[in-house]
Amino acid sequence: MQALYAQLLVGLINGSFYALLSLGLAVIFGMLNIINFAHGALYMMGAFCAYFLLNLAGIGYWWALIIAPIAVGVFGMILERTMLQWLAGLDHLYGLLLTFGIALIVQGLFQNYFGSSGLPYAIPDYPQIGDWRGLQGGINLGFMFLPIYRGWVVIFSLVVCLATWFLIEKTRLGAYLRAATENPTLVRAFGINVPRMITLTYGLGVGLAALAGVLSAPINQVRPLMGADLIIVVFAVVVIGGMGSIMGSIITGFALGVIEGLTKYFYPEASNTVVFVLMVLVLLVKPTGLTGRAA
Amino acid sequence: MSALTDDTLPASPRAVRDEMIVFVVMAALLAIVPATGIYPFFVMQALCFALLACAFNLLIGFGGLLSFGHAMFLGTAGYVTAHLLKVGQISFPYWAGHWVVIPLPPLSPELGIIGGVLVSALLALVTGYVSIRRQGIYFSMITLALSQLLYFIYLQAPFTHGEDGIQGIPQGMLFGFIDLSKPTILYYVVLAVFLAGFLLIFRTINSPFGEVLKSIRENEPRAISLGYKTDQYKLLAYIASGTLAGLAGSLKVFVAQNASLTDVHWTMSGEIVLMTLVGGLGTIFGPIVGAFIIIAMQQYLAGFGQWVTVIQGVIFVGCVLAFRRGIVGEVANRVGHSL
Repeated sequence: MQALYAQLLVGLINGSFYALLSLGLAVIFGMLNIINFAHGALYMMGAFCAYFLLNLAGIGYWWALIIAPIAVGVFGMILERTMLQWLAGLDHLYGLLLTFGIALIVQGLFQNYFGSSGLPYAIPDYPQIGDWRGLQGGINLGFMFLPIYRGWVVIFSLVVCLATWFLIEKTRLGAYLRAATENPTLVRAFGINVPRMITLTYGLGVGLAALAGVLSAPINQVRPLMGADLIIVVFAVVVIGGMGSIMGSIITGFALGVIEGLTKYFYPEASNTVVFVLMVLVLLVKPTGLTGRAA
Repeated sequence: MSALTDDTLPASPRAVRDEMIVFVVMAALLAIVPATGIYPFFVMQALCFALLACAFNLLIGFGGLLSFGHAMFLGTAGYVTAHLLKVGQISFPYWAGHWVVIPLPPLSPELGIIGGVLVSALLALVTGYVSIRRQGIYFSMITLALSQLLYFIYLQAPFTHGEDGIQGIPQGMLFGFIDLSKPTILYYVVLAVFLAGFLLIFRTINSPFGEVLKSIRENEPRAISLGYKTDQYKLLAYIASGTLAGLAGSLKVFVAQNASLTDVHWTMSGEIVLMTLVGGLGTIFGPIVGAFIIIAMQQYLAGFGQWVTVIQGVIFVGCVLAFRRGIVGEVANRVGHSL
């Protein structure tokens, strides 16, 4: 049973990354009509950003959690201003091809300088309060041993996902954003700067990816290709969940992570493929995806 | 929908006769390659990829469907052909621990190719049935995910030998009397298959079927309202494209004499897209030009490691931002009619 709970926890962690990434993809697709193939590369940049902050500037995990998403988000906004904005009005396919090219450039550059092996990033050991040493160590829950860092990743990701949902569904800014998704011309006529909102939206989506990268750095190590295979799984998650609803992306992301974890326990040979097989089944039964509207 | 083509395709009707002249010139140039001292292995490899890119272009350029998983046909046909040529025996599990074994000796080249092409046609039927259920960008994501699914299956399946791949494949005697181990003879066989595949695609594009495909690309709802069952047309185009891509994969086995995971990986799918984009989406000869350029680039830059990936990325970005017609599309636009 210990092993089952451990795999469930791994599943929840992967699910948090799926949720954070597919959430960003959905928000970006809503505003820019672009499937951001560079999402995996930007997730990797988030992890590297945390690594650089620690090893070059001595800035630790907690600051990296704030600085890395902002830095990568700004990089994303520069990409949007200099390249993506010129694709407005063209077929969706060009957005996919352009961001694929960006992903190749970023991943190729990092591979050149850092090879393909993983760089270690330690779990933070501060603040130290009594017996607590930051997020190191674990708690014995009776039925399983819970490493604190892993529990932290799941809870923090959930909080960030729900905060994003709240921002988009319940605030005034989110209302502008949803309106601009439906009809950008009309929203502009009301005096709202839609191009700036588009840039900020791309920055937000990219920032979420970078945040996931920082969270995963102590668990999965920091590798140039850490996002390359992940993004394909996230695409499958997006196809299963549909990009119509924010909450749908969050729930689908976590659910698929858990299913993957269960598969790892009961039938490990299929753990790499289970998400893709589920995608095929969903397409056969409900082609629009679980929460999506017709595309 | 039509934003893909507004910008890339000349509006004038096809000039089939001019295109045939270009085709004959191209065939003649390719036929004299062995006499010029150009390394034939390079040209053979480029021809395989040119056929692959042409098959891919049939789908995107004339059906408006961007497949990001065409490597799965290249890799699958390659594995099947390689296995039939080297081992022959087919065995697969049908129930826990029980295996069906079809005892076959290593097969001849023509049977190996037929096997590879048939399996990729079957794969295209199955994956096409799943993926055409969604349109546009979702279609690309689904084909990418399906090819990744196949990648993981091939990584674990015993007959592909995982990371090692199938090595040292015998080339054998085609039809019992054409010795494929002689480079010059192999070159002309590869060239003949390539030209035949190209003509088949050319004929498809200029047939009534091709016209319906183009109408679906331009405006699918209108095609439906005219009474065309567009899903069936898209599925047929997908199967044709996948089968021809499989033919390219089978052919490549004789040139490279191995079949490995590289051919099924998503980076390969990306390279196929890049070749077609550089040459010109929706042009007849663009994919061939693109394939030769990308393969040549990989040859010359092989020593630069990951810089090749970076350069490919830069070409992608450059093509999408400033050069959407591609080389042949740009020339066609200057000349004033389609190529």
